[in-house]
Amino acid sequence: MAQSEQSTVDRLQSGSGRFATIFDDPFAQPAAGEERAAREALRAQIDKLERELSGLVARAFPHVAPRDSAGESFSGPRLLGLAELERSRDRLALRIGEVRGEVAERGALERRSRALLERMKLEPGRYKFVRVPVADLGDGHCGVWEVRPRLGLIGMLAGWWHVKLSSGCP
Amino acid sequence: MRGWCDPEVQQELPGLGLMSSVLDVAARRSLTGRSTPEVLARLRELSNRWRGARAVNVRQEAIPAAYRVFFRHIGLDPDVTRTPIEGAVLERMLEGGFLSEGLLADVLTIALIDTGVPVWALDADTIGGPLGIRLSSPEERLGRGAHAPSVGAGRLVVADSTGAVALLFGDPAEGHEPTASTQRLALFAVQVAGVPALHVEETLWSCHSALAGDG
Repeated sequence: MAQSEQSTVDRLQSGSGRFATIFDDPFAQPAAGEERAAREALRAQIDKLERELSGLVARAFPHVAPRDSAGESFSGPRLLGLAELERSRDRLALRIGEVRGEVAERGALERRSRALLERMKLEPGRYKFVRVPVADLGDGHCGVWEVRPRLGLIGMLAGWWHVKLSSGCP
Repeated sequence: MRGWCDPEVQQELPGLGLMSSVLDVAARRSLTGRSTPEVLARLRELSNRWRGARAVNVRQEAIPAAYRVFFRHIGLDPDVTRTPIEGAVLERMLEGGFLSEGLLADVLTIALIDTGVPVWALDADTIGGPLGIRLSSPEERLGRGAHAPSVGAGRLVVADSTGAVALLFGDPAEGHEPTASTQRLALFAVQVAGVPALHVEETLWSCHSALAGDG
């Protein structure tokens, strides 16, 4: 038996450890002190998750909605019980997962757009009239890269294509 | 003056506190009337200082973040029920500036924006005894009037010795709001874990100096 296992058994046998209570009656209600400690631990987790979520949202804005569409406020400010704190913690963890997903999706879109723009610049003739919004490159909000013919109709007939950046914000 | 806090609440939410002060209002100007030129200038200055990028990042600043976390701890989703500072900044973005809403409202907004700590004002003549934070009792009503709404049991409220005067982070109950004829103001600010007492004192001091300097 490993040393740690032995020490656990020792604690159980002595009945002095917290494990003894759990093994005696796994469905027993936690003592008030234990429940308070659990609530404290949950609040610490909520603290950490909320700060992480805020950081993610702030960095990803405006591509990620700052508002959680499934967000809710219980009826007024109050002391939350264990179940409510757990629900709040779980909702925050879920929201962080959603935001991370949105951030990853956004990153993939920007990578694809940059790769497309590179190809458009190398071979504009293969990407006639293809448009890549600057916003999709993560460089700003206004303007569109577009493959257009030089000199209008003449360029179109002669096969003279180039990539142009349209004017920026109105 | 540091207000009282129910021991059960204090044990559950360490760091929660209330600071209050009473202020004699100068008789020369109405609290709900037009702000002084200095106050209006300060609002304009703050409007220029708060632009989109900072508004987005405000949730990451130390004091606003502390209130966001605290909102989560008391069952309020700060993206639904906004923290006071985020509410004010969002309003500034939507309106294009911190618009004047009368002398007292402007002074409270300036204190909030400057320090991140929200401050509320009550008509001091309508409250009895020191202010503090406790849980509401069953069938407790918010305010004194015959038609005062029920709070619901177990809500966190700001109360005096006779009853609840506001929900925590809520507007003052009807009958306690300062009016144009209010002679004495009771200001109170709510401190949460992570907010230094200095900032809470500063928000109250800011209101005092602005209103005392009036007239």
